[in-house]
Amino acid sequence: MRVLAAMSGGVDSAVAAALAVEAGHDVVGVHMALSRNRDQFRTGSRGCCSIEDAGDARRAADVLGIPYYVWDLSERFEDTVVADFLSEYEAGRTPNPCVRCNEHIKFEALLDKATALGFDAVATGHYAQIETREVALPDGGRRTVRELHRSPNDAKDQSYVLAVAGPDRLARAMFPLGGFASKDEVRAEAAKRGLSVSAKPDSYDICFVADGDTRGFLQSRLGSRPGSVVDTDGEVVGEHDGAYAFTVGQRRGLALGRPAEDGRARYVVDVQPATNTVVVGPAELLSVDRIAGEKALWFDGVLEPPVLVGAASQAETASSVEMVSSVEPADTVSSVEPVEALGEVLPDPDGWFDAEVQVRAHGAPVPARVRSIAPVGDAYGDGVADGERSASSAAGTGVAAPGMEIELTGAPLRGVAPGQSVVVYRGTRVLGQATVSRAWRAPAPQ
Amino acid sequence: MTVTNPPPDSARKPLIASGAHGEPTREPESAYLDHAATTPMSAAALAAYVAEAQRTGNASSLHSAGRTSRRAVEEARETLAKSLGARPSEVIFTSGGTEADNLAIKGIFWGRRAQDPCRTRILVSAVEHHAVLDPAFWLAGHAGADIVLLPVDAEGRLDLDALRADLAAHATETALISVMWANNEVGTVQPIRDVVRAARPYGIPVHTDAVQAVGQAEVDFTESGVDAMTVTGHKLGGPVGVGALLAKRDLALDAVIHGGGQERGVRSGTLDAASIAAFGVAARHAVDCLPDRAARLAALRDDLVARVSAAAPSAELRGPDPASGERLPGNAHFTFPGAEGDSLLYLLDSAGVQASTGSACQAGVPQPSHVLLAMGVPEAEARGALRFTLGATSTQSDVDRLVAALPQVVARAQAAGLVSGRAMGGTA
Repeated sequence: MRVLAAMSGGVDSAVAAALAVEAGHDVVGVHMALSRNRDQFRTGSRGCCSIEDAGDARRAADVLGIPYYVWDLSERFEDTVVADFLSEYEAGRTPNPCVRCNEHIKFEALLDKATALGFDAVATGHYAQIETREVALPDGGRRTVRELHRSPNDAKDQSYVLAVAGPDRLARAMFPLGGFASKDEVRAEAAKRGLSVSAKPDSYDICFVADGDTRGFLQSRLGSRPGSVVDTDGEVVGEHDGAYAFTVGQRRGLALGRPAEDGRARYVVDVQPATNTVVVGPAELLSVDRIAGEKALWFDGVLEPPVLVGAASQAETASSVEMVSSVEPADTVSSVEPVEALGEVLPDPDGWFDAEVQVRAHGAPVPARVRSIAPVGDAYGDGVADGERSASSAAGTGVAAPGMEIELTGAPLRGVAPGQSVVVYRGTRVLGQATVSRAWRAPAPQ
Repeated sequence: MTVTNPPPDSARKPLIASGAHGEPTREPESAYLDHAATTPMSAAALAAYVAEAQRTGNASSLHSAGRTSRRAVEEARETLAKSLGARPSEVIFTSGGTEADNLAIKGIFWGRRAQDPCRTRILVSAVEHHAVLDPAFWLAGHAGADIVLLPVDAEGRLDLDALRADLAAHATETALISVMWANNEVGTVQPIRDVVRAARPYGIPVHTDAVQAVGQAEVDFTESGVDAMTVTGHKLGGPVGVGALLAKRDLALDAVIHGGGQERGVRSGTLDAASIAAFGVAARHAVDCLPDRAARLAALRDDLVARVSAAAPSAELRGPDPASGERLPGNAHFTFPGAEGDSLLYLLDSAGVQASTGSACQAGVPQPSHVLLAMGVPEAEARGALRFTLGATSTQSDVDRLVAALPQVVARAQAAGLVSGRAMGGTA
């Protein structure tokens, strides 16, 4: 295959490129320039934006003996990732720019350009696994189901920020580091190949925010907008320079003049951009057990009904086969399991199914029941008319379709802010992803 | 043609690609169409370099080894001076064109301002190389200079009326004028004698960056009337890392690099006798061969322009009409609507054709060319620029290879331009 290796200048993408080369692919290294005014040197823990990082990527490509180019995606980055970052904070929400970068830059701008230029896949140094399996269809055909799974390296697992790319785009992605259980192993692979980036420190901060000072960055781009900090009774307890710089769940940096009457710590519990108001309150107000998501996407087979080859009810499943877009001709059916479930996530009659959800990059998954709120049309792909099934699902939620509803079935979560990405898992497998539009605490049962 | 990735950079063997029926065909070596970036060293220059590099001697030493090196330097100085219509004493060897430009801009500015503190204005054409623009803007930021960017027309030619008008209003505040002899991107030969004529009544020194011109156009330092001229080795068959500023003896010129006082005290540093010797040989050869070479390159270039225009009808030739005589004979420059330069460059590289987007790079990122923008080319169209430049070793097969690859390359780059949604330069 012709493979474009996205090379940030870090150790992960360098080793990913090396593994793609060693797998026999025809590999070209591309470094994305994402900032118009790049720093000369890498400073602190910021990732891939400096000219020094571009130089590191070039040297890694040299060592691997592959061609190397720099593509300028800075305008697209500014128009999507940075613009989204600013507008989300302005709207009182909490964006994750790494999720948006995967959505708009790596698995859209870069992937589409690579495809148009004749590449078959884009390889990155992400820690996650793409698994494909063949599913037999009742008509004797077969279909490839593509799944995204967590990395065995729990600490580095990036399935959370990759889920947004969705199954179709991940079909053209390659994660050669997916099976690595530790970063040390990756560093060892780099050292073995003489890649000088083997000991380069990891990056953590948002790449376009200088010094990791998010508030300072927001202020420089959005300007000062003084307003009030109020408690849950509406009493003014402090001032701020711009409500946009606060995020639900935040405790530090509130600079409140006087302590709460009960002496307890106060957290941001709401950001109200319309009135430029920041609301603070006790920690328990941050606990939520209901989450509504928007811009939901689902991976292959999740919302599709089971396809049972050889089962009696072929007539009923026939319609689902027609919905399958990528039916591949059968060459050898014999090697396929005689009975294979395509949609093993069996929702109940109201569309709910059990899963786990994760709301931040390094958060733990928590048990939940989840359902899709069907968009106009037939999102379930099972031929059941919308009116018959989803009317009840969508009724009264006030959430624009396509959406996702989540009820936590275990302990509540704290500090779930609109704008965050919520990813639905079952075990290691990613089932779907959405952007949090609302999070709340269900009223206690009577 | 099939688009394959460029060969591994470690592999130095001929490309094997698939033919029309899938059978392997041996392709000729790649076509190098970037002679304006750098051009191969001539055999004579390389021989001169090796001969001198094998000797030990510091040209400033007083013993015999030093005198031997000094002799090689001085012979090269005389050769270079003769080839360029200058006196040997007007040659200041530098490490290359960029250093010579820095010496000219900063050295003349400081020298003139020492004579008259009111002279803070630096007039430069808007299409100068960064080696001129950046020192000028550095002076603006650090030494109180005022930079005037002189406009150009749609073909990149200096607007002489704008120069004259500025001088008429501000001559007494002007320190120097710098206008390149010929543009590195679109090949426009500037009306340098008219610039000198406009400046002379006011006694304002004129510098010209002639690195692209020597060996491609007739360049005579004394006859042109300029006060300072930048030339470099590696654009005319000499080595990288050596150049010169030709400067009149009466020009007020401050040093930029201080030290042992070599080169009239304005450019200290041990002389690189081997590079200088090779530079002298290469310059003489380039100038001696000029009439024949210019005619040959112009014919090859005209063929390239005609066939590129036929192979990619949407391509637009930028810069002066090749028939006008106001364009370097080895230069062709196009914009390809709807395609981005970096896509075109990658795809051509894959097909064994090495060209340039023509504009300055920041860590390999092609920025929209300031030259094209100054010529009034919209930014979206400027992103689809490609420059093809020919030199001594260029052949018809280089052009053939480009023309064979081009239709598919342009189509594919335009498809990529559509999905990237940025290069919207007027595709139908």
